[in-house]
Order: sequence, then structure tokens, then C-alpha cells
Amino acid sequence: MSFYPICAEYNDAPLAEQFGSVTEHDVRRALNKTTLSPEDFLALLSPAAIPFLEEMAAKASQLTLQHFGRTIQLFTPLYMANFCTNKCVYCGFNTKNNIPRSQLGPEELEKEAKAIAATGLKHLLILTGDARAKSSPEYIESAVEILRKHFPSVSIEIYAMTEEEYGRQVEAGVDGMTMFQETYNEELYPDLHPAGPKADYRFRLDAPERACQAGMRVVNIGALLGLDEWQHDALKTGIHAAYLQDKYPEVDIAVSLPRIRTHVGDAFTPKSLVSDTALVQNMLALRIFLPRCGITISTREAPDFRENILPLGVTRMSAGVSTEVGGHTGEDEDKVSQFDISDERSVDEMCEVLRKHGYQPVFKDWHPLQEAS
Amino acid sequence: MNNDIFKLGGLEFNSRLLTGTGKYADDSVIPDVCEASGSQIITVALRRVDLESDTGNVMDFIPKHMQLLPNTSGARTAEEAVRIARLAKAMGCGDWIKIEVISDNKYLLPDGYETAKATEILAKEGFVVLPYVNADLYIARSLVDAGAAAVMPLGAPIGTNRGLKTREMVRILIDEIDLPIIVDAGIGRPSEACEAMEMGADACLVNTAIATASNPKMMAKAFGRAVKAGREAYLSGPGAKHSHAKASSPLTGFLHEG
Ligand code: SF4
Repeated sequence: MSFYPICAEYNDAPLAEQFGSVTEHDVRRALNKTTLSPEDFLALLSPAAIPFLEEMAAKASQLTLQHFGRTIQLFTPLYMANFCTNKCVYCGFNTKNNIPRSQLGPEELEKEAKAIAATGLKHLLILTGDARAKSSPEYIESAVEILRKHFPSVSIEIYAMTEEEYGRQVEAGVDGMTMFQETYNEELYPDLHPAGPKADYRFRLDAPERACQAGMRVVNIGALLGLDEWQHDALKTGIHAAYLQDKYPEVDIAVSLPRIRTHVGDAFTPKSLVSDTALVQNMLALRIFLPRCGITISTREAPDFRENILPLGVTRMSAGVSTEVGGHTGEDEDKVSQFDISDERSVDEMCEVLRKHGYQPVFKDWHPLQEAS
Repeated sequence: MNNDIFKLGGLEFNSRLLTGTGKYADDSVIPDVCEASGSQIITVALRRVDLESDTGNVMDFIPKHMQLLPNTSGARTAEEAVRIARLAKAMGCGDWIKIEVISDNKYLLPDGYETAKATEILAKEGFVVLPYVNADLYIARSLVDAGAAAVMPLGAPIGTNRGLKTREMVRILIDEIDLPIIVDAGIGRPSEACEAMEMGADACLVNTAIATASNPKMMAKAFGRAVKAGREAYLSGPGAKHSHAKASSPLTGFLHEG
């Protein structure tokens, strides 16, 4: 079994019509339920739900408080390399873009790790471009060995792997993986990913499931909102998360809600504009549909906005972010970031802000078990 | 009432309310919560404990007089729970352990079979084992055999604040199991904790309801009082409830007359 046939049904269905035909009554019914069906989720994502945003916010806020308390887990990404063999039209690391490329060696990695660890962060997300030959599974495993000395939790956001490869990452000490499908729209996907291994839509779509099967503890998925009509990708992301949650109840399933940002290289015009209201509606619908699902908001979002949405469903935030390779030690002037971030506040500043809003920043929320054996 | 001592794991406590450390907006409220509630036992998730950090370590906020009850939250199997328990001990958190084995992240229901396995291993190693389980007689019996120090049935799924939904099952455990019964999870209001105590539960553990209250300190105080009130009601032997009305002068009383 795979999520593919389920997703394909939504790809075939005239989604625009379905979203258009939702009535106020459907939204109300969805809001009054405790266990929502995919149809209810669709109703909450539809234009008909916009007048109910405040009501949705109250419910989402209460569910978040109940299940997660007043805590926000903090993490930061570490860019280990920016070599990439793909041509994703919306990304600055696109192989066609003439940018300086680099990869951290063991010593640089250690330095970068120490710099991040000094900020107090304990959860690390490592990223490489999608270049298997350069950033091989073995390279990542040896990096994890170094990083685990400084961080109790290391997650990966890299190219799609086989189940066996994910298994080896788990053994190396990786406890989480993030995989963005970018867009779930199978027809649109090839236009956005014209070449490179990432062009294989299905291999990517099933990657989170392979990670679950390989024993990954946290699996975080998402779409890059704006590539397709945002409601369509939001719907399929939520249904994908629900599918994984039902089938792999032992895995913590989380969803990220990134909106597309500007980057170096060719200008790219997103298909759908994702307004603040739209992002909020997406988050509320997701929280009400999946009350226990982790929701990640990155520094792509502006400081004010990140603060305002705190009570609505967010459970994890990135902080002290640099999207450049080696960006935390910052010795190289030539560095190029994958995309521009909006919230440049340091970890200390973020903590202060969270506390000001009545939230506890949680640095460590996982204790690796290997040591004891 | 003053000598109503709660005996657990070979120790004696005056309070029958156990509190938690998760979900607070700020851990610095923990000492106030402990004081206001009167609680003497506090649970802490080992996965959150960060002894390496100079600041913001939850352990720094736990008053010294509290009995520490590390929990195995995050464990998906008996084996993981055992490893967490040993880690907790190695880290200096003592030898009390609350076993939580949850492999269903959707409902967060405890896995009774894996819990019993972990309990058996850890009890043999000398831990004071407090397993969190469904309110189920068979599981509870297997925990007695496994050497648990108490049984901690859920009142409702974790964090739901739905109250004592497992009332009838908890009542059976109270009647049948010869270990302290500590109602854990699901209690959302002081009145529900009071009801559990009135039924004869030995103690209650409350975390979410206190931590997510607008005023955790005041809520902690309310829970402390509710647990006490429930216990007093239980000890004073409330009039038995009967499903059929009982005439105050028996209908067959005449048979004994004259
Ligand atoms: S999105 Fe990833 S795979 Fe695509 S070009 Fe950028 S770095 Fe490469």
C-alpha cells in the first residue's frame, strides 16, 4: 500500500468544484464534530469557511493548548552542502544557478555544530542539496556521528532515500526526517521539477512512508504553499499526514507550512498567492482535523506574524536561522542562501518573545536511547 | 484525618495529589504549584531533562522535598521504557519510575502488554515502578504479579480533560487490586479528582488541567483541596447507593413483631 492511489484520486477529482460547492452548513457541521473526515477538512479549507475563521481559531487554540500546553519546541537548520543536481524552478540552489557551491568537511561541521550548540539549541535539522554523489548517505551518516555529540536530536531534510538507507540513518542516530512534496499535483510537478532525481514524483511521495517503515521517530511533511492552488496542496498534505498517522501510529507525524519566498536566480511566479489569512486558515483547519499533529512554522514568516499565530496551532519553530552553508560560523563572504528568511532574530531574542507571549521555549524534547545499551 | 498517611514505594506522604512538570508556559511556576497543591510527588519526562544546560533545566525548579517520579514518555516499547528508566537512574533521578509506553500517537493510549513487560524487568532491578495503563482488570493483575508499586489507570485519554470516563472500571480496580490505585490522565476539574478519591482511589495525578489553567497556582490549590475533600468523604463512609428504593420501615418488619 502507498499513499499514491489515495492522492491520485484527489488529483483526478475536480477539486476546484469541490471547494466551490462547500456550504456554510458543511463548515458548521465540520466545526461541531470531534473526529473530522477528509470532507470536513476540505470544508474548513474552502472559501465558505472564511467567515468562520474566528470560531475555527477558538477551537484550534483550545485543542493546541490541551494537547501541547504552552510550549513551543525550537530547532534550527544546518546547511551542510548546497550542491544540487536538480532544477527545481523555484529554488536558489537549482543546478543551473551559477552560485558558489560548497560542502562542510568534518572540521567545519564540528565548528558549525559548536556555534549552534552555544546558543542552547538541542534539536538540529540538517540539510544538503539534492546531490547524492556529493552528499552521499555515508557522508550524512558520518556527519550525524559528529553532530550527535552536540545535539540529542538530529533530523534530516535531504533527498528521498530507500527504506534501507533510512534504516541506516536511524541507526546512525537520526530521529526525524522532513520531506516536502513541494506540490502534490502530479500534473504540475514535472514543470516545476524538470530534471534530476527529484523529478520522480512517486519516489518522493512515498519517501515519508519509507521513513516510517524504517523506524524514524518523527516524520514531518509539507507542501511549498503557492506552487499550486494552496487549498489543493493543503488538503492533500493533511490527508497524507492522516494516512501516515493512521498507518504508523508509533511515529510522530508533523506538518510544516512554508510559503514560497524569493531567492537568487530566475524569477519565479507562484501559481497561487498565499495570504496571511490563507496560511492561518490552513493552520486552523489542519489543527482541527489532526489535533495531535505537530505544526512547524519557519523563519520564512515575518516576526509579527509568527507571534500572532502562536496560539493557533504552532508547536515547533525554527530560530537563529541561516540558510547558507556554514552560515553559523559566517567566515565566508561569498555565501548564498537557499531563500531569504524574514525572521532573523537570535535564539535568545526568540526565547524572550515566546516568554513574553506566555510560552515556554522547549530546547530538548527527546533523549536518545542508544547510550544506555 | 491528620494521620491519613499515603504509603507508596516504601515512603509516606501527607498529600495524595501527584503533579507534573509538562506544558507550563514557564517552569518557574512549578515551585508555586507544588506549594499551593501540597503535592509531594512530581513527575518529569526524562526526554525533557537537560542536565547539560546551565539555565532552563526543569530540574532546577523542582523543590528539593519533592519525590521525583521520572517518566518514560516517548517510549514506544518495553525495551525503550527500560532504557529510559536506567538512564534516569544513571542521571541521578532516583529509582522511582512511571512507566508510559505509548505506540499510538493519535490517541496516546498506553500499551498494557509492553507496560507489564517493562514493569517486570524494572521491578526486579529494584525500581519503584508506577505503571500508567488503561483501566483494565487483567492488566492490573499482571502488574501486581510483575511487582508494580501501584497501578495508574487513566480517567480519560491523556490531555483530554474529559474527566473520569473510566469510572466503573476504576471502581473495579479499587475493589480488586491490592495496590494503591492512582488515577492518572484525563482529569480536567477538581470535582473529578474529588469524585475519584470519594470512590476510594488512593491518589490522583494531575498535570494538564493545572498547567494549562489561566492561573495554575490557584488551580493547583483547588486540586489539592478537592483531593483532600474526596479522601475525607471516602474515609467517612458515604451512605451506600442502592438501585432500588429502600423503605425506611421494612415491609416485612411485621414478621419480627410481638
Ligand atoms: S529545492 Fe532542493 S532539490 Fe530542488 S533545487 Fe533546491 S536544493 Fe535542489
